[in-house]
Amino acid sequence: MRKNLNVIAAYSIMMVLILMVGIFQSWNIALSIFNLCLISAVMTMGANIQWGYAGLINFGIMGYTALGGLAAVLISVDPVQEAWRAGGFDVIMSLWLIVVMVLVIRFILKRFEKSKIRTYSIAAIIISGILLIRFSAEPGIEAIEAVDPAKTGFLGGFGLPIIFSWIVGALFAGGLAFIVGKVALGLRADYLAIATLLISEIVIAIIKHEDWLTRGVKNVIGLKRPAPYEVDLQTTDWFIKLVEKFNSGKLSLIENLADRQAALNQLVIEGSSVFVKLCYSGLFLVVVIILLILTQKALYSPWGRMMRAIRDNEEAANAMGKNVVKQHLLIFILGSAIVGIAGAMLVTQDGLFTPGSYRPMRYTFLIWVMVIVGGSGNNFGAILGGFVVWFLWIEAAPISLFLINFFTAGIPETNALKAHLIESVPYFRFLMMGLGLLLIMRYRPKGILPEKIEIK
Amino acid sequence: MDFVNAIILLLNYIFIPALTYGSQLALGAIFVTLIYGILRFANFATGDMMSFGTMMTILFTWYFQSLGVSLGVLPTALLAIPFGIIFMILYMLLIDKFVFKYYRHQKSPPVQFAMVSIGVMFVTQAVVRIIIGPGDRRFFDGEKFIIKAREFKEMTGLNEGLAIKSTQVLTIFVTIVLVSLLFWFLNKTKTGKSMKAYSDNEDLALLSGIDPKKIVLVTWVIAGILATIGGALYGLDKSFKPFTYFNNMLPIFAAAIVGGIGNPFGAFLGGYVIAFSEILLTYAYKKFFMYVLPESMEPDSLVQLLSTDYKFAVSFSILVIVLIYRPSGIFKGKVL
Repeated sequence: MRKNLNVIAAYSIMMVLILMVGIFQSWNIALSIFNLCLISAVMTMGANIQWGYAGLINFGIMGYTALGGLAAVLISVDPVQEAWRAGGFDVIMSLWLIVVMVLVIRFILKRFEKSKIRTYSIAAIIISGILLIRFSAEPGIEAIEAVDPAKTGFLGGFGLPIIFSWIVGALFAGGLAFIVGKVALGLRADYLAIATLLISEIVIAIIKHEDWLTRGVKNVIGLKRPAPYEVDLQTTDWFIKLVEKFNSGKLSLIENLADRQAALNQLVIEGSSVFVKLCYSGLFLVVVIILLILTQKALYSPWGRMMRAIRDNEEAANAMGKNVVKQHLLIFILGSAIVGIAGAMLVTQDGLFTPGSYRPMRYTFLIWVMVIVGGSGNNFGAILGGFVVWFLWIEAAPISLFLINFFTAGIPETNALKAHLIESVPYFRFLMMGLGLLLIMRYRPKGILPEKIEIK
Repeated sequence: MDFVNAIILLLNYIFIPALTYGSQLALGAIFVTLIYGILRFANFATGDMMSFGTMMTILFTWYFQSLGVSLGVLPTALLAIPFGIIFMILYMLLIDKFVFKYYRHQKSPPVQFAMVSIGVMFVTQAVVRIIIGPGDRRFFDGEKFIIKAREFKEMTGLNEGLAIKSTQVLTIFVTIVLVSLLFWFLNKTKTGKSMKAYSDNEDLALLSGIDPKKIVLVTWVIAGILATIGGALYGLDKSFKPFTYFNNMLPIFAAAIVGGIGNPFGAFLGGYVIAFSEILLTYAYKKFFMYVLPESMEPDSLVQLLSTDYKFAVSFSILVIVLIYRPSGIFKGKVL
């Protein structure tokens, strides 16, 4: 108990902060912060597995998040029959062409010795294959995109419950991580950072512009939900009774019957959105707890010890007979898969998929700030980092508005500098994140909750 | 005649824009490469430092415009650039003193430096957005075109027009002058040579009496000049928006690595490699083939290898391929 005191204290403070938002601002805001904190926590766990356990730097988190989101779309949206009829055949043929191309390349790689001719012929196959696929798929893609472009214009998905996408998102992200890991993991740390960052940009470019698959920047809205809809709740009897029971004290103060009914209606509308958010919180909490248990088990298992050995001294671990390349690839896939789950969860919560909103600042660098601030190598630290940083990211504007007003209290409202500062309040969050990261790295390089390894 | 038309078409839509864009990338790439070669880290704050320098230039441009000072046909920004450079260098030295110096003395691994530079990136983004805001700003004044497309058509009687913007000529001219000066400095002066030595082998350089403080200072000064001029030229040619500058960091990195990171000449050429491949692969060649081929063979489609949406993806793919097959870059050679 004693040695976990700092963990308990840190989490209690965090919970109190969120509760304070609930009391002083509104429960809706508090719960949406809490839900996104949970999603961030899943992302940081993924990044922490790669960086904290194995020392692998992955600046491609944005790409895996987006793939998870794509999975949510492909699983939950109903298939667009008309689009399948219009261009499904062409698209499937192109997919087959890709498979054939990959098989041919594999065959050449296995069959022939490494030589200049082999390299050039592979390059030729890839280039001609891309051209062939591009020109053969074009009519199909155009036909698909022409099907009612204002509403669909894409192939749609499988029409399954969206919760399955959390697993499929993990598979998608893991699959991408396998390819990326195969080609890029041999690079040294800072090159790997740049390469993963750029690969994630390529992934986003593809998701943004392949309209037949993702609807691109036209966004997919109105995804299915695992939770009830607010509108349905507002007309359900048991829910109205529940709200009435919770607020019976407040309601009984109102004398007028009509007024009381109006107040109740207002409360039901507010309560329905809180209830939906609570449903999401429950689902997310389950995911976080399962992942936490698994990652903790892994950290203290022989496998976790081996990963730390590889991280701290690659050559020594190699000399002890550990397959460093294989383990790196494995952990790269595992971490990315967890990030993919988070991406699917995010889209599930929002109910919409907006490829244009995936930006490296928010989905890569912010997650890294979370991991570093929280404490890399320590799962509780990483999760705490997700909570603290996301909380500050949202609450930075009110906090800085308060600070500006406090320090410029003597200056009249009309002062140009004060007005300008108040206008640029939204950008103080970047300043806070940057300063926070720099200060933590300088004075507490292991994060708020440092990694501790128990040796028995 | 058709052949000349085709050439003019390519000049107008591919060669001149690519040369301009390449020059802007090249300046940024040399900045990245210098920091990497001498201070030994990948600076993720590159794009935002360039936007800081550009912002200072814009502020001074506005100040001069309010005073009524102008350079006639040339943009007022040229007058403001030196002041922008001074502030950029001061900002960089400030950051170096409070942030990077500590890690340099600790001999931290490059990964830690990269993380710290992300902190600097966040802070710089905040500073730029708080001072000038996130919006799109144009600060170009003076004569916009050297040759207008219509004038060119009347002059030569060709079907295709050739438009040359003054910012394009300015960018190419300034880049050539600046890069020649830089190479002269690195290869001929004593300080430049000691920088090379320091980048080659730090311990040996220190043993032979090279002052590391001076090297670091000179590096930041050169970096400040490159960042401000590169950023300001990009802003003059297109427009200034902090988010675009952050995004530009990616092709700049690509240029630096493709050219062989740590090698300024490689970075210079890398900028053009990236720019030309981006534009060559995403240009629709339909009109070009209409001029060159006989009428019966004219293509129906746009003859575009990749849609322009994939412009960035082209440079990133080149980079990934280079990283995998030739991590030391195309133009390997000696470091710095």
